[in-house]
Amino acid sequence: MNAEFIIAAIVTIVNVTTPILLAATGELVVEKSGVLNLGIEGMMLVGAIAGFAVTFEISNNPGLADAAPWLVGAAPWLGVLAAAAAGAAVSMIFGVLVLSLGSNQVATGLALTIFGTGLSTLIGESYVGMAGQSFDSIFPDAWAEDPIGKLFFGYSPLVYIAFIAVFAVYWFLNRTRAGLVLRAVGENDVSARSIGYSVVGVRYGAIAFGGAMSGVAGSYFTLVSNSLWQPGMTAGRGWIALALVVFAGWRSGRLLAGAYFFGLFMTLELYAKASGFSFLPSQFWAAMPYLMAIIVLAVMSARASGGAEAPACLGKTYMPDA
Amino acid sequence: MRIRFEKRREPSKLMQAVTPVVAVLLTMVIGAVIFEAIGYDGPRAVKEIFFTPITASYKWPDVARRAAPLILIALGLCMGNRAKVWNIGAEGQYIVGALAGAGVAYFTENLQGPWIIPLMVLAGIAGGALWAAIPAFLKTRYRVNEILSSLMLVYVALQLLNYLVTGPWKDPNGHNFPQSAPFTQWQSLPKMLWGTPFPPGLFIAFSLSVVFWIVMSRSEFGLGVRVVGEAPKAAKYAGYDADDMIWRTLLISGGMAGLAGVLEAATQGGQLNLGFPSGYGFTAIIVSFLGRLHPLGAVVAGIVLAITYVGGQVAQTVVHVPNATAGIFQAMMLFLILASDVLVRRRIRIVRPQPSAQPAVQVAGSAM
Repeated sequence: MNAEFIIAAIVTIVNVTTPILLAATGELVVEKSGVLNLGIEGMMLVGAIAGFAVTFEISNNPGLADAAPWLVGAAPWLGVLAAAAAGAAVSMIFGVLVLSLGSNQVATGLALTIFGTGLSTLIGESYVGMAGQSFDSIFPDAWAEDPIGKLFFGYSPLVYIAFIAVFAVYWFLNRTRAGLVLRAVGENDVSARSIGYSVVGVRYGAIAFGGAMSGVAGSYFTLVSNSLWQPGMTAGRGWIALALVVFAGWRSGRLLAGAYFFGLFMTLELYAKASGFSFLPSQFWAAMPYLMAIIVLAVMSARASGGAEAPACLGKTYMPDA
Repeated sequence: MRIRFEKRREPSKLMQAVTPVVAVLLTMVIGAVIFEAIGYDGPRAVKEIFFTPITASYKWPDVARRAAPLILIALGLCMGNRAKVWNIGAEGQYIVGALAGAGVAYFTENLQGPWIIPLMVLAGIAGGALWAAIPAFLKTRYRVNEILSSLMLVYVALQLLNYLVTGPWKDPNGHNFPQSAPFTQWQSLPKMLWGTPFPPGLFIAFSLSVVFWIVMSRSEFGLGVRVVGEAPKAAKYAGYDADDMIWRTLLISGGMAGLAGVLEAATQGGQLNLGFPSGYGFTAIIVSFLGRLHPLGAVVAGIVLAITYVGGQVAQTVVHVPNATAGIFQAMMLFLILASDVLVRRRIRIVRPQPSAQPAVQVAGSAM
């Protein structure tokens, strides 16, 4: 095992980790505001197809290539924006039901996943089998030539965005007044309202942010890890993101560490498929991230003495009678 | 003037019965408009999805065969959801149930006798219950959220199926296809029973729905399930053990999903392959809510969802809508039924602006 192999492995880990990190960062904010959105998987799929479709339509439009070549160059960026918008848009269905109509968060989140899966398949019908444009590194190729350079400059911009987002969310939650309000809403909705904060307003904002982040996470699958669309291609990674938030004990710092821990196991799956850790069947390695998630949840939950770290209002319906 | 929802003292029985019907009707209207808007014949699509499976009698066997697993799984989920024990992994328990049944079939390949099928069914129930026992253990022992653990186990079950049908249980005469050996006549159930167009699973589902209804409404255990779900603190004072309830509801719902899986394999599939997982475990969640978590409601809702599956295929060939259409209609139904929940617990009141200015913020004394 040489240094080059290790660096290649780290690059792979970073690549497989980024989408779950993006989605989990969004969900962290949602859960901190006291809302449990189980629709991540669905929002990711909607983001994945929105990102692919917009990028594809812009980069394969001959008229546009002549009129506005810069637009074609920016196609993946616009695709990511579209993915964020699409994720936020479908998250608002969840928002209206849960916040304005007081529906059960677990069931509504599941409905969102089922809906997103169907909607993305519907929109994506005509894009199956199409080769899309990939959203590669924006640094000069020369920077990523040697292995060490590759370790830092060899990624899609989304990788850096995911990093920045984790730190931005940490700063927002712990260092800003708005973040304090959001946490207060998640810890004690009745008190937060009594001192004049709009519980529902804050939660709408948090849900929209979570939706946008899930959308971007989804676009990673269609713009970075593959340059194509396949129905259901997120393959349960949205659920891993949910587990990650619990694993992190609702803290941004641990979110980052946890994401890479899961990424390690997902990478093992890829290596097992490619070169074969043949002493165990490949299906075992494919099941590994999910098994690890369960084991890790058990360890964390046991240590946290009954989920004491979770926001106190997480998952509870809030609907004042006044 | 604005709309306000005022809390009812008691949940409205009328709304509880009316809203699921309204949700289905609204789904048709909204679905027709959306599909018209994106360039399909919307009303025709709705007609094919919701009505053709009812009016065309040759579609009934198809509806019945899909309704059976949906109702069976949903009966267990209704009970769990009542107790607010969220078993989201019924799909995994369904697969493991079928695998356990197929395991019995694998070891009885050269044997004969009418005892094989009952043994397979029992193994299926046990397999599903065992898969659900994992989240139950993790929840009661380590307080692991059962939503996540049961769901993760779906993906593990998928890999287990993949491993078995491509590895140890692969049919030696199957031309290298990833499938188990076909079940023998002693390992299979008839596709239709007693001259009706209905499979055995549907009769079992109907009978069990009555059993579940009686248990839920008449037994001490049924009362416990409802109390633990609706008023956990009161349940504790009344001496109901919440952990015990978690175990029972998960084992029962897992066992039901396993039963559905083994019946599906023994009736329809005739063998196991990679195409076996059908998403029934997830759709059954919609069935349970559309049926208002009531065992008899689950029967009706199961038939409605089965109709949309069959109708979705009809619409695909007749109106050329994509095959994802049925899923979107199913999700819309769930959204609408959840949205309409508000009408069960609250009544709508239209509020006119009052002349006197109200303070924007109410001080809540010593709340903070």
